[in-house]
Amino acid sequence: MRVACGNKVFELAQRDSRVAYIGSDLDPPIVKRMKAEMPGRAFMEGVSEQHVVGMAAGLAMEGFIPFVHTIATFITRRCYEQVAVDLCMHNLSVRLIGNGGGLVYAPLGPTHLAIEDIAIMRALPNMTIVAVCDAEEMKRFMDQTLDWPGPIYIRLAKGYTDPVISRPELGFAIGKAIVLREAVGHDRVLVVSTGVATTRALAAATDLAAEGVECTIMHMHTVKPLDTEALLRHATSARLVVTVEEHTTIGGLGSAVVDTLVEHLPGAVPPVKKLGIPDAFAHKYGSQDQLMEIYGLQPPAIAQTIRDGLRRRHAA
Amino acid sequence: MANDVAEARRLDAETRLDERSIYLRRLVVRTLDGGKRGHVGSSLSPLEIMRVLYDDILRYRADDPAWENRDRCILSKGHGCIAQYVMLADKGFFPLEVLDTFCRRDSILGGHPEAGKVPGVEASTGALGHGLPIGVGRAMGLRIKGSDARVFVVTGDGEINEGSVWEAAMSAAKHRLANLAVMVDYNKIQSAGPTVEILDLEPLGDKWRAFGFAVAEVDGHDVAALRDVLKQVPLDADKPTAIICHTVKGKGIGFAENDPNWHHKSTIDAKLIDELYQALGAA
Repeated sequence: MRVACGNKVFELAQRDSRVAYIGSDLDPPIVKRMKAEMPGRAFMEGVSEQHVVGMAAGLAMEGFIPFVHTIATFITRRCYEQVAVDLCMHNLSVRLIGNGGGLVYAPLGPTHLAIEDIAIMRALPNMTIVAVCDAEEMKRFMDQTLDWPGPIYIRLAKGYTDPVISRPELGFAIGKAIVLREAVGHDRVLVVSTGVATTRALAAATDLAAEGVECTIMHMHTVKPLDTEALLRHATSARLVVTVEEHTTIGGLGSAVVDTLVEHLPGAVPPVKKLGIPDAFAHKYGSQDQLMEIYGLQPPAIAQTIRDGLRRRHAA
Repeated sequence: MANDVAEARRLDAETRLDERSIYLRRLVVRTLDGGKRGHVGSSLSPLEIMRVLYDDILRYRADDPAWENRDRCILSKGHGCIAQYVMLADKGFFPLEVLDTFCRRDSILGGHPEAGKVPGVEASTGALGHGLPIGVGRAMGLRIKGSDARVFVVTGDGEINEGSVWEAAMSAAKHRLANLAVMVDYNKIQSAGPTVEILDLEPLGDKWRAFGFAVAEVDGHDVAALRDVLKQVPLDADKPTAIICHTVKGKGIGFAENDPNWHHKSTIDAKLIDELYQALGAA
């Protein structure tokens, strides 16, 4: 996903002279290629995230479309006021590429885990937030970034080994959810997920189908603006709604879904379970997959949560 | 260094203001009267800096604020916005009467300047330390476009406590942005007190030099001296420029000069407005 994203920035820069790249202190191959072929539009600015975001704003004010790339925690927490004031308040076409969103940097510890990036970006007016599920979807998404107004936070969930679950025939549009699996009949479960959590949710749905439990898997790659229409259409008749995200349960996709259901389905909100990272800093290292297992975000735990939710529903 | 600061302050205090500077100060008081509040001292110290920029240095079209070939002037110390508002009004970016609406509900003129609302304001500022990074990006963008337009960023002294200013300074020097000039409104008094007590900036000229800038120091109320130095920008064809403007907080209003209590007033009544006008001399 990371490589696909970098290659796409390069390709977009070749195609469109407005595209610029600003890194801080990561050194992906794209930088050398851009510096060689488009020397004026590739910058490596050092560990200075506040400046980098302000500089990107200045370039955008002059008509450029800068893609800013560094580790997700540093591009969100470290320079939050610059993101809010310089980018969102001016509503500028800057793209923030957050490397290692979620639990990717598990072995490096909690300073490097972007567990609340979606929540804090979501709180900012004008910000668009996209977390695709694999490298192929990243390509389809990046093609649309040139024409999208305002800032975008792009959450890179993983490095090199994501399985591809997205399907080109389903297309991609920023702000439009993709239904990867649709349950039939009335007695169904709606699972809403984002980023690579969708891969886990889809696997859980396959296991549950074998038991006769039908789940709709709605991939909400764009957390903001949320596809309210699609969510309501599928949630209205659902027995249970489960949200799955590699993110704290405070303020992320699950919160966005609950907010929307409460606002639009007064008195008729279906039972909802939010799956995500609890309100705590990680206390273990290991790998992204291991931390996701600890937090109940792997397919067996997701499936069990759905079974439990349905049992409670029957008991009620 | 403390002695130099004191000496600079004494000399700046002696700098006499001409008729135009007094007129512009009357517009500042008019604006304060409109809002019944405002940053008083912080708007008076940079007034000659803004005056010389708009009178003699900047390239712009008041009737076409987005003119591509204009110089970009970013008031990074957004709390000093009245100094910019009066210059923009004086130059016809908007009518003088708009000054009377300062801080009112439907006004375009808030207590900090907003791009997109105020014709001629290039960036929304108010949170400190944002103007120079944005200025670096704009200067870089202009260079890529092959434009000869320039970028002027006016900062406060308290403002440059912010680390982001020095991050941007390193970048500006690295990229040899000779089309970028930063002007420090060095009135030596920040919100809570004297800069030497809160967070001493000295040796300030050496700091900017060490960060790769060509540096000049000037009496920030001496219009001729400001004009002379600004006409020489860039001071070095291979470096960004920093001009340290020695100013007086509250300059022109005797009882407010060098008094941190006049940094900002949240209530300004008619009696006080009268006293401010009186301090400027009868019109």
